Amino acid sequence: MKTTHIIGILVIAVAIVLIITTAGDASQYLTFTQAKNQAAAGSKAEVHVVGQLKKNAMGEVVGVVPSPDMLSFKFVMVDEDGKEEVVYHANPMPTDFMKSEQVVIIGGFKNDKFVADKILLKCPSKYQEETIEA
Amino acid sequence: MVHYFIGNLGHFFVILSFVASLVAFIAYWRGGKDASWVRFANVTFVVHTVAVIGIVATLYFIIRNHYFEYHYAWSHSSKLLPWYYQISAFWEGQEGSFLLWMFWNVLIGVVLIRTNRDWRPSIMAVLSLTQLFLTSMILGVVIFGLKIGSSPFMLLRDVIDAPIFRTSPEFIPEDGSGLNPLLQNYWMVIHPPTLFLGFATTVVPFAFAIAGLLRGKLKEWIRPALPWAQFSALILGVGILMGAYWAYETLNFGGYWNWDPVENAIYVPWLVMVAAMHTMIVHKNNGSALKLSLILVISTFLLILYSTFLTRSGVLGESSVHSFTDLGLSGQLLIYLMVFVIGSIFLMARVWKKIPTSADEVSPYTREFWIFLGAATLCLMAFQVILPTSIPVWNRIVEFFGGTSNMAPPGDQVNFYSKIQLYMAVVLAILSGTGQFFWWQKISPKELRSKLTAPITFSLVISAIIFVTWGMYKWQYILLLTASVYSVVSNVFILLSLAKSNLRLSGGAIAHIGIAMMLIGILFSSGYSKILSVNYTGIAWNHEFPDEVNQNNLLLFQNEPRQMGDYSMVYRGMRKLTKEAGFVDANDLAPTVLPNEMIVQRASGSLNQGDTVRLINAENSYFEVHYTSENGKTFTLYPRVQINDEMDMIVYSPDIQRYWHSDIYTHVRTFPDPEAETTWSEMDTVSVAEGESFFVNDYVAHFRGIEPLTELSGVKLEEGDFALKAIIDIEGEYRTYRAEPIFIIQGLQAGRVMDQVNDLAAQITILSIDPEQRRFIFGVRGTQKDWIIMEAVQMPLINILWIGTFLLVIGLSVAISRRYREFKLMRDKAME
Repeated sequence: MKTTHIIGILVIAVAIVLIITTAGDASQYLTFTQAKNQAAAGSKAEVHVVGQLKKNAMGEVVGVVPSPDMLSFKFVMVDEDGKEEVVYHANPMPTDFMKSEQVVIIGGFKNDKFVADKILLKCPSKYQEETIEA
Repeated sequence: MVHYFIGNLGHFFVILSFVASLVAFIAYWRGGKDASWVRFANVTFVVHTVAVIGIVATLYFIIRNHYFEYHYAWSHSSKLLPWYYQISAFWEGQEGSFLLWMFWNVLIGVVLIRTNRDWRPSIMAVLSLTQLFLTSMILGVVIFGLKIGSSPFMLLRDVIDAPIFRTSPEFIPEDGSGLNPLLQNYWMVIHPPTLFLGFATTVVPFAFAIAGLLRGKLKEWIRPALPWAQFSALILGVGILMGAYWAYETLNFGGYWNWDPVENAIYVPWLVMVAAMHTMIVHKNNGSALKLSLILVISTFLLILYSTFLTRSGVLGESSVHSFTDLGLSGQLLIYLMVFVIGSIFLMARVWKKIPTSADEVSPYTREFWIFLGAATLCLMAFQVILPTSIPVWNRIVEFFGGTSNMAPPGDQVNFYSKIQLYMAVVLAILSGTGQFFWWQKISPKELRSKLTAPITFSLVISAIIFVTWGMYKWQYILLLTASVYSVVSNVFILLSLAKSNLRLSGGAIAHIGIAMMLIGILFSSGYSKILSVNYTGIAWNHEFPDEVNQNNLLLFQNEPRQMGDYSMVYRGMRKLTKEAGFVDANDLAPTVLPNEMIVQRASGSLNQGDTVRLINAENSYFEVHYTSENGKTFTLYPRVQINDEMDMIVYSPDIQRYWHSDIYTHVRTFPDPEAETTWSEMDTVSVAEGESFFVNDYVAHFRGIEPLTELSGVKLEEGDFALKAIIDIEGEYRTYRAEPIFIIQGLQAGRVMDQVNDLAAQITILSIDPEQRRFIFGVRGTQKDWIIMEAVQMPLINILWIGTFLLVIGLSVAISRRYREFKLMRDKAME
């Protein structure tokens, strides 16, 4: 067997290992219920949950509570199945948080509470709302 | 008045450039050996070049002259934007960035026409074809209801359906909506052109490879392509690092690399280009690695197209900071990508059997063996990154076939990528340290051992000293450090031996020293970055958290120092940056009718009361933060916030204190909403006589006296009316503030004008005067002091990363000049 062949086989082997680790480390888009079940089954994997901030009948965001020192906050998110959950985040509230039309949280349930390590916001794009006035 | 002519001229240039690239492609394709066709094709390409430059000039003219009747100028620029940011406004939009790419392509085309003879028609055919596709992206015509491309010369009224245009179609907005604050940074003037030059240059080695396949010159394409591959690797690398530096200085994620999909999309082709460059060198030395070089060179260009597709089709959604708005060009981009993928595979498959392979066994005692391994490692690094980056694409494909896929990118991206890239980097460092010792031909195992002894010994000793003194305990880091130090040391040995013989060959050694230093810089600055503002106290925990969480941020009230690690930090208040006097306290300035001019309210430094100061950027406010280290050294940082009302954006940017051994990086996460209403405490009343002292919000205040007034805010008092002001000095932590509340009697009415000291969060009003006792009754109210929440991070030895970058640039430049001389020598002997 030629050395090049050995190198080739090695490269393919490493590539397969990489595919497997990627598949293993890839996160998933889940609902709160699925995430809770997964956590209950002992999984510590981080998941993505897509949803919106809870709003009252007037369309105002409700349930956002900053900690007294303002360094962390919690909020109520409604996932795509309409399930509500309190989400904890150990950073100050991101700019434009209240204006977001969609929120993606990355994290997981710990002791039955959802802790988000990262929050991605989708804010109304300037191209959608914009109009021109004289 | 709407300037119709300039837009029509722009449209004309777009269509001309499109048609010219089509004609040039056909003419070069048909041309081959026919000199008259090639001459015609050259002329067409020059017409195309002029047209592209015409588009660029026209668009810039529109932006420069604030023709806001055009959508592009209106949505990317504004009147107050300085000229250098008008340049960045040019490529903020997709259309402009495609234009930038096309612009570099035509310049490259002109260079190729001038430097090549034999290869000219075939490589120019490939280049013209890429130009055809790029021009189609900004064509902006609708054929049979199908939109092809998005033109930058659209009128605002044709893009945005606003009621105003129905009543007055000639309406032109007063001002544009401005440039995204994130892009208002000098790196955004220079980083995109560099990166797009990198994009553009990848087409050249690709064009030579395709030309080689077409013409059956399966080996000969390597020589002319090599210097271009090196140039491309250089420019792409520099572009990537400029992007990293921009992110470090402007974005708020606390570092220079975030494994963002857009960063990955350009990192991957760069790795493959570097791998291709190495296998091409192998081929030049011993004739092997031809198939591999072909595949890698072609893959690089296809990966560039793929990354263009990823970043501009909207597939990545919100997962990236570099979100281009989706212009509905994804179908067109996909066709572009597919044409080149299928075309390349077809051309390669057609001649695959004929591509010469070398029958020689690759021995571990040749340089080629080590380069092979290096190229393989680079490709695996690229593979590891492109795989998860493509997860959104994978989900789309599954959905397209009716399935559902809920795969998401890894939650902790930085950790996910870094942990594997680190091992690969170790392998690369070892290979690049060793491979260089194999000069032209094989050397014996014994010779190798004797050559390697000194560098290995040196590097082990140096690394041991470093990790003992630094206190490095993570074995992965120790491994990377040792491998990188080994690469630096052994390449320095090679450099020294070359210095005696032939410095022109030193490019590789210098570039490898650069890469190894970059690895060391990354290892320390990222692996050992230390959050200074981390909350150890435990008091501030939010009790509701189920687990202990790291709180990396610090709440600082104005003028209240906090001790954090080795530093005491204090927030001194908000500042504005003026042209006349640098940073000025925002409380001392009052607005004028012009947004970028303010009037001085209180004299300080070189400024007198009533002076007008001009702001460098009216949207920016700076938070002055003083640091005092344990040994008494002080410095001041000014992290900033940019508030853009037009776009409704609030953007924070860090400030960095640079030492040779480390950077101290500070950024503000949030501060009180300037539009929120202040809640004041209940009013306390105090009765004070002239010369007495009292407390205002816990600060000592001295009632200095009163002064009668003859006018009130510039208006003379009427006969019989009476007004006075009380002069009160309040001792703050760092300076004394003066408050001057006013009391007025007009007829039988008493009026009060309170005074407010923002820094002390205090308000004073004269409630009443007791003339007999000569006592004044003051009303005093307080509120919460101004505050910021910030993060401070120390990044050690980050300068080694930047120095390494410079060495990489120098090394690659030396290598390019060497390979280009080789090409020229052979060309001039008519042996292209």
